[in-house]
Amino acid sequence: MVDFIYIYVFMLAAFTGYEVISRVPVILHTPLMSGSNFVHGVVLVGAMVALGAADPKDPLQIGIGVVAVFLGAANAAGGFVVTERMLSMFKSGAKKEAAK
Amino acid sequence: MSIDLPIQLSYLVVALLFILGLKAMSSPVTARRGILWAGVGMVIATLVTFATPHMGNFGYMIVALVLGAALAAWLGRIVKMTDMPQMVAVYNGMGGGAAAAIAAVEFAKATAAASAGGALAAGAATAASAGAAVGAAGAGEGLGLAATILALLGSLIGAVAFAGSIVAFLKLQGLMKKAHRLPSQNFFVILFLAAALGLGGWIVATSLPGALGLQGWMLLAFYAVALVLGVMVTTPIGGADMPVVISLLNAFTGLAVGLEGFVLKNPALIIAGIVVGASGTLLTQLMAKAMNRKIGKIIFAPITGEALAGEAIKGTMKEASAVDVASMMRYAEKVIIVPGYGMAVAGAQHKVWELTKLLQEAGVTVKFAIHPVAGRMPGHMNVLLAEAGVPYDLIFDLEEINEEFAQADVALVIGANDVVNPSARTDKSSPIYGMPILNADHARNVICNKRGKGTGYSGIENALFYGENTRMLYGSAQAAIAEVIAGVKTML
Repeated sequence: MVDFIYIYVFMLAAFTGYEVISRVPVILHTPLMSGSNFVHGVVLVGAMVALGAADPKDPLQIGIGVVAVFLGAANAAGGFVVTERMLSMFKSGAKKEAAK
Repeated sequence: MSIDLPIQLSYLVVALLFILGLKAMSSPVTARRGILWAGVGMVIATLVTFATPHMGNFGYMIVALVLGAALAAWLGRIVKMTDMPQMVAVYNGMGGGAAAAIAAVEFAKATAAASAGGALAAGAATAASAGAAVGAAGAGEGLGLAATILALLGSLIGAVAFAGSIVAFLKLQGLMKKAHRLPSQNFFVILFLAAALGLGGWIVATSLPGALGLQGWMLLAFYAVALVLGVMVTTPIGGADMPVVISLLNAFTGLAVGLEGFVLKNPALIIAGIVVGASGTLLTQLMAKAMNRKIGKIIFAPITGEALAGEAIKGTMKEASAVDVASMMRYAEKVIIVPGYGMAVAGAQHKVWELTKLLQEAGVTVKFAIHPVAGRMPGHMNVLLAEAGVPYDLIFDLEEINEEFAQADVALVIGANDVVNPSARTDKSSPIYGMPILNADHARNVICNKRGKGTGYSGIENALFYGENTRMLYGSAQAAIAEVIAGVKTML
């Protein structure tokens, strides 16, 4: 059975997610969507755990597990690269003048 | 437990880094730091997971991890900024797919345990969750009731996000042109949803004591139905609603990841997944609100080809030459530029920034007005302008700038269409009626750059193009703006 404490974790995490993003300006919505897309790339960890405990003699378990790790790793790596690329482009006018 | 504690502590740090990272992304000044923190969190989480007790199959794991990461990182490096939304959709789909696959692995372990009929195998199925106390589970009860339900829910949502994201990618990439809609579409969606839930209920029932046990074909059918459902829900959605759908699917994946986190009893997955699920839901609501659309309506009653009637618009479009436009802008006091996705597709943002700098040197005040749904995602246009070097303090939201159009001498609309269509205010029969728009038509002069005379991406006629004070500047955005720049240069 799932321990009851996890229900609390669920509830608090839900509020945290709601609060964290509620102050984000529109100009950052795309990087933010991409950034949160990166964060759920942590599914990679779950995929690794699932594959790690799979029966090496069962090709079905190993096969699906490998797919899960591949997809999770792609989600995490790709999400990071595109978010970082987008955010590194944001510059303010004031900073630009100073740089010159 | 002693080996477990450092891992649990690391996951705690990871969760903290993720939340702080997302928080730092709430300001353009700290946003870059935010993604780096979250990145450090991800690296820690991955490394620590290798140390989880009772793990094997490291060879397969490392190969899959390296291949997936390298391929996605390479794609992420080379993708053009204009194609960013479909790239995010792809990565999102992969996350959803991974969540569904995790559950599938757990079910495969459970079925293997059931057929083996041994408590030993059932114990192995739950060894995934470090320290889980289900070792004594009997035959046919690999996962436990609550975990089975959560795993199924996570699979359903993950599979829908996976299939839906693929369809979203195909549409945005232009590989799937039309918004297809089955006859009585909503009926079939509900039918498939009911089928998925029914199958899910059956699978749950098999895990109860005394039941026959889980059968492989049931799971296969369940996943197939879930995937078809994802395709069906996304296929009829088109045009301007696409960004909302991607955001919704992003929230779905977060939720699916969180649910699989419960199955594996992994707090990092639970917290990160649910935080993304909640923030993604809020982001989706904000976007839908910006378009004055209800999320339910987008999914169950999308704008389709037949619905695109609207009133016929009277009047004619009046053309202006690049030189006329140049002099209008050069001798204006205030110019507001309304960029749209069309500008980005034409790659004209660098030219627009060049023109802006010229006008600024001539003493003209230039501002950029961005509609919340300009581009293919909210904020996408800001990214595209940032790429061209436009500082973000020249860029204004709809609410910040809408009153200012009345004082502007020139509103230059480049590649934007629906977001400046005054029909949204006046024509009740228009499909976009009620959507907040940028009041470009309130400016003294409106210049619209357009490639030709057809309707835009969404296929809706634009009343702005027929306005008294509107002049059309025909030609591809890049060439047309280049001509205007040449014109302005002769007037300096």
